[in-house]
Amino acid sequence: MRVSPLTITSYTATCAAGAGREALARALASRRGGLTPCDFSATPLGTWIGRVPEIERAALPGDLAAWDCRNNRLAWYGAGRDGFTERVAAARRRYGAARIALVIGTATSSVGATEEGYARLLEDGQYPPELRRPIIHAPHSLTDFLRNALRLDGLSMTIATACSSSAKVFAHAERLVRLGLADAAVVGGTDSLCGSVLFGFHSLGLLSPEPCRPFDRDRRGISLGEAAGFALLEPQGEGPLLLGYGESSDAHHMSAPHPEGRGARLAILEALASAGVSAEEVDYINLHGTASRKNDEIEAQVVAELFPRRTFASSTKGWTGHALGTAGILEAVITLLALERGLAPGTLNTESVDCACGPQIRLKNEPRAIRIATSHSFGFGGSNCVLVFGRERLS
Amino acid sequence: MRRIELHVQGIAFWAPRLPGWERARAILRGEAAAPAEPAARPSPALLAPTERRRAPDTVAVALEVAAGACASAAREPRTLPSVFASTYGDLAVSDALCGQLARAPLETSPTKFHHSIHNAAAGYWAIATGCAEPYSALTAHQHTFGIGLLTAAVQTLSSGTAVLYVAYDIEARGPLATMARSRGILGAGLVLDTHPSDRSRMCLELSVEEQTGCIPTRARAQNEALVAGNAMASCLALYEALAEERAREIVVALPGAKALRLALAPRP
Repeated sequence: MRVSPLTITSYTATCAAGAGREALARALASRRGGLTPCDFSATPLGTWIGRVPEIERAALPGDLAAWDCRNNRLAWYGAGRDGFTERVAAARRRYGAARIALVIGTATSSVGATEEGYARLLEDGQYPPELRRPIIHAPHSLTDFLRNALRLDGLSMTIATACSSSAKVFAHAERLVRLGLADAAVVGGTDSLCGSVLFGFHSLGLLSPEPCRPFDRDRRGISLGEAAGFALLEPQGEGPLLLGYGESSDAHHMSAPHPEGRGARLAILEALASAGVSAEEVDYINLHGTASRKNDEIEAQVVAELFPRRTFASSTKGWTGHALGTAGILEAVITLLALERGLAPGTLNTESVDCACGPQIRLKNEPRAIRIATSHSFGFGGSNCVLVFGRERLS
Repeated sequence: MRRIELHVQGIAFWAPRLPGWERARAILRGEAAAPAEPAARPSPALLAPTERRRAPDTVAVALEVAAGACASAAREPRTLPSVFASTYGDLAVSDALCGQLARAPLETSPTKFHHSIHNAAAGYWAIATGCAEPYSALTAHQHTFGIGLLTAAVQTLSSGTAVLYVAYDIEARGPLATMARSRGILGAGLVLDTHPSDRSRMCLELSVEEQTGCIPTRARAQNEALVAGNAMASCLALYEALAEERAREIVVALPGAKALRLALAPRP
């Protein structure tokens, strides 16, 4: 199935490495990462995290106070970078609020607020009064907040497929626009640090005691990060393009990839076919590259098998940490920056590349003309999504 | 607004007082009485015995209706892309996990963590059936059933293949139950296709109403009472219409004060 390309007329991302496109591009170019020793939980974890401290001081404006919590603050702060909310307001005037779909991905939404409620239960077993706001304890919290904050009134939904969530939002939005159910779409995601993911990944033995080193022979696991990212998709306009996408399931294990990378391979091939491009045409791949032992080994094998030597592939999680459900949009934004600015980011913190890696996986940044770029998101529950971006429509 | 014309190839339903589509169909048609005692939660035969015991309620009920819908459509589960919709995900697991994090976070169980993700049921379904087709797991709060159904319809039309749709919610537990209101277990499944087959039950035409003020259809009061309080209870109007097997139009709420109009007709 060929995808109808959509123009990305505005996009932005905020994470520990930088808030907004300029800051993020500078961090990538200067190889300055955002990971710091974990100071988030009262119980020490001995790991590194990508924290966005700015949001802790910035409560939501009064009319949005009902949605106030860490995750929605991060979403609001992130949507405020790069003039994104203004671009959405202009689109709203152009298309009408009812004709702009809102498709948002998140792994944990504002579950941090629910955790806080449980940590601070009153003697009668009730939440403290300031946390008695049902919407922030529902997984749709983030999207409901954004619908109100951006004043959108079209079809809206939360996609929650763990680490592929905010990659799959591009696929859902493209289908809604192609079938005439929306004229344009706001996509994106936000995930913030919380106990569930910190202690959940700890329980799986997947947290690295040092800043994560994707594809390193001696990598020791992942670093968690928080992030917000958004994009405005329109049928026409100025900007890079969503050319295709591929979705698949591993059908293997809840938290370990398929040993032969079956789902990853299917998603990559489907994405290329939907865009009408061959593997030889892909100039840059932003890898899932979490720095977990298994993910990197299998992803490297699949990339080595499918792509030529010249393809430049890297993981940028050494800068940002793994933003889980928001990794898809965060790395889509990093991929678009590489495409538009002609600088392929390498892989941060990695010293010696694992022997499973082919020549595609690079450590150093490299100026490079990029015409076609892809981004991989492979998640818990075996849900995979690969996105294809380009600078122009293909004939 | 364009219309989407589909065929309902498979139907499944499970709630403690509507346990399984064949019984639910007769009860919803008023031809049989609902069981006096609620049925015990289904046991997902697809899972290995150890996983079956540990499976949370969401996984148990979602796998039950997913398998039921595929069987009723005579479709091989691993050939179908799917959409899984749940307002809240597994509220019992969320309660247990948040309680654990408050008490002794370092003792968090990896199994609980696996079960806490919104795509746990969809992931276990893909694993159990060996299905490499994509799935989506979604929520839209009180509009979850409608947007999930529309998403499944969009995916069916877009891919030209049959799609499995599964909607479910379970009972809230603990302090979270004061914020997320849901009672009992409910699972509902459909297999939708663009083409009719000898398994086709009903033709289903979907259209999105842009104007506000459309009032969602409610099931008859005695039927509604059988799933009262479940966060997914609004799906019952469609299943009542599917049980009646006659031409009928019903309205399901969508986000943005829109509505999904569903025109049902018996297969020609």
